[in-house]
Amino acid sequence: MAAACENAPGRRMSTSDSNSPAAPGTRENANTMSINGRAYIVGAYEHPTRKAPDKSVAQLHAECARGALQDAGLAKNDIDGYFCAGDAPGLGPMSMVDYMGLRPRHIDSTDTGGSSYLAHVAHAAQAIAAGKCSVALITLAGRPRSEGSSGTQARNYGANAPDMAYEFPYGMATANGYGMVAMRHMHEYGTTAEQLAWVKVAASHHAQYNELAMLRDVVTVEDVIHSPLIADPLHRLDCCVVSDGGGALIVARPEIARSLKRPPVRIRGVGEAPKGQMGGRVDLTYSGAAITGPIAFAEAGVKPADIQYASIYDSFTITVIVQLEDLGFCRKGEGGRFVADGNLISGVGRLPFNTDGGGLCNNHPANRGGMTKVIEAVRQLRGEAHPKVQVPDCRLALAHGTGGQLGSRHVGATVIMERE
Amino acid sequence: MSTTERIIPAPITNPENQEYFDACARDVLLVGKCQACGEHHFYPRRVCPHCFSDDVKWVPAKGGGTIYTYSTMHRGVPVPYTIAYVTLDEGVSMMTNIVDFTPGTLAIGQRVNVVFKAAEDGTKVPMFKPA
Repeated sequence: MAAACENAPGRRMSTSDSNSPAAPGTRENANTMSINGRAYIVGAYEHPTRKAPDKSVAQLHAECARGALQDAGLAKNDIDGYFCAGDAPGLGPMSMVDYMGLRPRHIDSTDTGGSSYLAHVAHAAQAIAAGKCSVALITLAGRPRSEGSSGTQARNYGANAPDMAYEFPYGMATANGYGMVAMRHMHEYGTTAEQLAWVKVAASHHAQYNELAMLRDVVTVEDVIHSPLIADPLHRLDCCVVSDGGGALIVARPEIARSLKRPPVRIRGVGEAPKGQMGGRVDLTYSGAAITGPIAFAEAGVKPADIQYASIYDSFTITVIVQLEDLGFCRKGEGGRFVADGNLISGVGRLPFNTDGGGLCNNHPANRGGMTKVIEAVRQLRGEAHPKVQVPDCRLALAHGTGGQLGSRHVGATVIMERE
Repeated sequence: MSTTERIIPAPITNPENQEYFDACARDVLLVGKCQACGEHHFYPRRVCPHCFSDDVKWVPAKGGGTIYTYSTMHRGVPVPYTIAYVTLDEGVSMMTNIVDFTPGTLAIGQRVNVVFKAAEDGTKVPMFKPA
């Protein structure tokens, strides 16, 4: 999963060693092919539904694609690249390309769970830089709310999943997997339930202005820690929502981006990295973001302090704290103190995050939060976030996702983007 | 915990891992040990995840360890249960359940010993209880 330079055969691939972050200056390194500035996000659309019992999943994908095309000012026949993940129904891209009547010359169905759509932005930029396509469509949609999905049920991936026999009997669901991460973080660093709660409090402050958000009530730290315990130490309000819906993005060549009427959002740096149990050397204190952050920042030629807005994957409150540390917004172990006292609230704190209300309050379509992370970052860079949460003159934003399970195995993906 | 016993889902086995569960039936916990690099690994594989040698033996663990982390699922399930990673004395950590303990007494770093419990189909799986 080399992120930035897979089309440089025979040359040193600065992002291919997952144990050593890319050296600063990757952007200018003539021996690597950087995607910095080679592609733009020109269309973004979040489906307004949060419950869709009367629609099919394929229909939701197509409605999202239509919305993103309309946003970009492009037509279906302009699309020559298509990207989707495991939420795409049937045979993934085969079914969806046929359903939508697309004629792409480049297809990618990388599935890294909820981070897939950040990886797709990276892959679309790579494909565009390599001349494989000019206008890439990325779609996500699902109906977990209508279908009764829950974060307390263990998922069965079948006998061929190599880890399944060793985990399924123990009831590894989503909530208790992240509960184990939170428990260890508290043990190692003294992180408190109140500090975790601040992440939800900040998200709720943003969600109050989003009329489509599932949870619009502003909550307090006390509300969170007095909500029912789900998987200790995580309470109900430490968990994201379960919602139907979806979203779509259009990524295009620079010349196309500049010909459109929307503010151009340039992709500057990307990173993706898996992290698992490492053959039993389990360490739940860090995530794939510890690898992707340095790679993406090096490619973009910026540092965490330069980021004005961050979309941070928020399946649970603990997810945000671990990733903020790993991305370098604070030191390892200080995430709890970093998020406390409203530091993530737009207009109040140092790092405005998830100004749509995030997965914690707004939307977590298909149980996959990566798409909406990119969409809200694009809104911020265009100056189209809600006025109450818009970061003034927002020029540089980061979106990061974690797909899979922080408690077992996952893939992190980071995208750094800039308004031109 | 609860007076009601949790029904343990049966492990979903395949040809590679059947030996592990055959050992569990004899109350033996196996871990992978690479004969090339000497490192243990878990869950056991036929190819070492560290050095990639295929000269791997599955060897009995001593059965003791410490709790690396844990979380009790309280809601959305018929019976609360506690998932955990236990770091075995062999140095590898494994996902498991902690059982047969007094609620409120668990702690990270606590010593535990393996105990084998029957899943719903009768297959025994390794769990841990306080030492």
